Amino acid sequence: MTGIILTILTALIFPGIILRTKSILSGRKGPGVFQPIYDLKVLLQKDSIFSSTASFIFQIAPTIGLAAIICAMLLIPFANEHAFFDFDSDFVYFSYLLAIGKFFIIISALDTGSGFEGMGANREALFSMLVEPAFFILLATLAMLTGYTSFSDIFTSFYISQSDFVLIFSIIGVYLFVQIAMIENSRFPVDDPKTHLELTMIHEVMILDNSGFDKALIHIASYLKFAVYGSIIYNLLIPSDLNIFLQIILFILIQISFAVLIGLLESFRARNKMSKNPHFILTLTAVSFIAFIIIIIITGKIV
Amino acid sequence: MMFSGLFSAILLLSVGIYFIPNRLKYLFTMILLLIAMFVTSSWGIKALFYDDLPLIVDLNFEFLNFDFSFYIDKLSSFFLLAINFTSLTGFIYAYKYLSPYYRIKYPLSFSIHYFSYFWLYISMCMVVMLQDGTAFIILWEIMAISSFMLVIFNAENRTIMKTGINYLIQMHIGMLFILIAFMIAENGTGVMGFASLKPYFSDHSNTILFLMFFIGFGMKAGFIPLHTWLPLAHPSAPSHVSGIMSGIMIKMGFYGIFRVVSALQSDIMTIGIIILGISLITGIMGIMSAITQRDIKKMLAYSTIENVGIIGIGIGLGVVGMAMKNQILVLFGFSGALVHILNHSLFKSMLFFAAGSVNHATHTKDMEVLGGLVKKMPHTALIFLIGSLAICGLPPFNGFVSEYLLYSGMFMSISGSGLYDSFIILSGIIGLSLIGGLALFCFTRAYGITFLGQERSIRVRGATEVNMSMILPGYIIISVIMVIGLASSIVVVPVFNIVSETFTNTAYDSAIITNVLNNLLQVNILSGLFIIITAALFSFRRNIFRSKKTDLRPTWGCGYTAGTSKHQYTADSYSDNFIELANPVLRSQKLSEEIMATDIFPEKKSFSSVSKDIFDDYIISYPKEFILKLLKKIAVMQTGQIHHYILYIFLFIIAALVLTYFELI
Repeated sequence: MTGIILTILTALIFPGIILRTKSILSGRKGPGVFQPIYDLKVLLQKDSIFSSTASFIFQIAPTIGLAAIICAMLLIPFANEHAFFDFDSDFVYFSYLLAIGKFFIIISALDTGSGFEGMGANREALFSMLVEPAFFILLATLAMLTGYTSFSDIFTSFYISQSDFVLIFSIIGVYLFVQIAMIENSRFPVDDPKTHLELTMIHEVMILDNSGFDKALIHIASYLKFAVYGSIIYNLLIPSDLNIFLQIILFILIQISFAVLIGLLESFRARNKMSKNPHFILTLTAVSFIAFIIIIIITGKIV
Repeated sequence: MMFSGLFSAILLLSVGIYFIPNRLKYLFTMILLLIAMFVTSSWGIKALFYDDLPLIVDLNFEFLNFDFSFYIDKLSSFFLLAINFTSLTGFIYAYKYLSPYYRIKYPLSFSIHYFSYFWLYISMCMVVMLQDGTAFIILWEIMAISSFMLVIFNAENRTIMKTGINYLIQMHIGMLFILIAFMIAENGTGVMGFASLKPYFSDHSNTILFLMFFIGFGMKAGFIPLHTWLPLAHPSAPSHVSGIMSGIMIKMGFYGIFRVVSALQSDIMTIGIIILGISLITGIMGIMSAITQRDIKKMLAYSTIENVGIIGIGIGLGVVGMAMKNQILVLFGFSGALVHILNHSLFKSMLFFAAGSVNHATHTKDMEVLGGLVKKMPHTALIFLIGSLAICGLPPFNGFVSEYLLYSGMFMSISGSGLYDSFIILSGIIGLSLIGGLALFCFTRAYGITFLGQERSIRVRGATEVNMSMILPGYIIISVIMVIGLASSIVVVPVFNIVSETFTNTAYDSAIITNVLNNLLQVNILSGLFIIITAALFSFRRNIFRSKKTDLRPTWGCGYTAGTSKHQYTADSYSDNFIELANPVLRSQKLSEEIMATDIFPEKKSFSSVSKDIFDDYIISYPKEFILKLLKKIAVMQTGQIHHYILYIFLFIIAALVLTYFELI
């Protein structure tokens, strides 16, 4: 429960911190940390305009996306506190839950019959398809390292079972999770949420026609998604047997530094050319495969 | 044994379809089918829940000189029940689907069609119940012929006739392999049939005979590169036929593979790797080709090939597990494959029915001219949507259960396994995750382009929702899908029993079973919770919207106000960037006329893109052309002049005499 409350709380400030970091680094005054929350509040109060082409899919998609990410939160453990749902291969469920949200947001984009949104839908489908193997290889590696196959068991036993090598993997794992989180949340270098040209957008162009309450739901889902990835990274980094207060403080610190890191990356990194994105994403699969081989070497399977 | 007389009586009565008035044919066939289903289901359910197996049903056809007794064990009963369900929904669907043809076709066509449907059903049932090799081959043949008759329902269309004949020939090549394999086994043991496999395998090399069976059965199942009949035959057949062919008939191939695999004695690792490797290629190539298709039914046919790959991955993992003596992998692999067979028979038949309804309403299967159907045909759109979600393996639907079993078997075994084993398992994980992502791409495209957006052509304008009897099968299947998705142990527990009976003959460690069932229970609860949260959020949203003003406006066009439906994304543009990425394998071509510098005034230009199936080219088309060329050269002898033919006879006789003289023949 602690984990979920903390995740929700940090999700509230997460986008603000990214914005703040970027504005400081680019020398602008920029909005405050809570600006995205104020924006949400405004959006929630606004009336809605729907496309006359759209059908019921367009109406239910944002709700399903949010419900999926809420369910996904129930699978993430915090410290040595197991998650609400903790079963073997629960990360498969996690990944498929995110996929449901994506499925609906993609078809809701196609539902509006707009060429722009079709383009975004297509790119989103392609890139999230390509990132899937990287995620699963990474989790296979974790399963092999710890001998467990659920988020809760993997993370509680991550630092206990293994020796000094764990740190190597924790660094590779964090690197990969950060990259996967960036792609899944449509950030740099694959997508740029701040671009103003529809032709170069991915995620933003899919939700061009969403307005008011529904748009707020989509934003909430995406903030939560970031925080969920942040808490996975936290679990990878911090041993689970620390004092609970220390854990809470570290959790908040790591979430904040994750947000700052994203801000940093986005400030100093150029966005990929659209046609280079598949190569970039496939490189991640290769990196996670290398991680797999490293773990094979570490666990002594190659003699 | 119970009902055996009734069963034989129905078989004889089926000839009556030819002799009754046209309007009663459907009803008569339906009654026959229902009786047959009642009988076979009662056998199946009995075999599923009693332990004294196999259940033996004697049909008293001794005068035919074959052993026509049915041996029903748990594996047969599983297939029997799946066959019954899919055939029933298919036949309900057929009622209105065929009604437009009553005006244009002779009663005889309907007699043939219903008779073939009935016999396709009966032959599938009997295939899974027969142990004797000769009887099995005969029924296998009846299955091929009856399905061929069903495919060529619209035989006046030349291409349909051609694909039908292609199908028939390929099925016979497959049957030839099975026949030869049975004969080899008989030669070694003196028994013809599945009973001969175990003794044969225990003192002969396993790989070669297995490969013979695998080619034979794999041809029916549609493993790449033996799949080439599938994307041709499925779109040509009427939709209820493609539904049951794709849903259940190709699964007969898996039934055969299961029987053969369960008898294996040595070389198990090699065979496992062969199955797994072919299945991975099948799954990935199948879904990649599906993405390039414009024809909905052809897309679904390729997606069937993908699912064949997933089932094959399960079987491959099970066999690899047998070699590794890894109980978990055996249990999860085989049961994942079996559950996926059931799941696929549900959602794929449903998708074919929905695609058929679209075809029925708009008279086209081309996605590019559809669009916006969700408003005209809401029920069909809902059925297709749920089918798409289920086929992508998304929770809370049934597809997730089988994929979960496969994933969880792989993840649980990867930590304890050695170097090579962990790479084999990892290849399964990568393959399955890639297939999952590609399926999402494929079905968002299919659903989005066909049902959503604005209507792309005039064909959609007149479309109306199809008759209730074409929607009903979809909803029946959806209810079963939801039951499997939310109460998985109903299916998974019997399947575990099947696997332990068929493959190990030993009960599994009860700790493994309880653990799996506990996991599945949590999966189900979480799925239920997901539905509840969605419903709660949605009703909350509805409440909020009551106090809000909502407005309908045209879609945002970036300031451009004269948008037409042609500005939408099309199926081809959706798959374009994927094809660019995958073209080294897919080899699809774009043909366009260049705009020259000399073209001062715009002229009409055309653009077309062709997606090819390289396996079809290299394995079927090129060899076929080569043989045809060769035969044309030999055809020089065919002059049409009688004295030439007499000369040939004369030469033949002389040759025979000379050869006999030298004792060469």
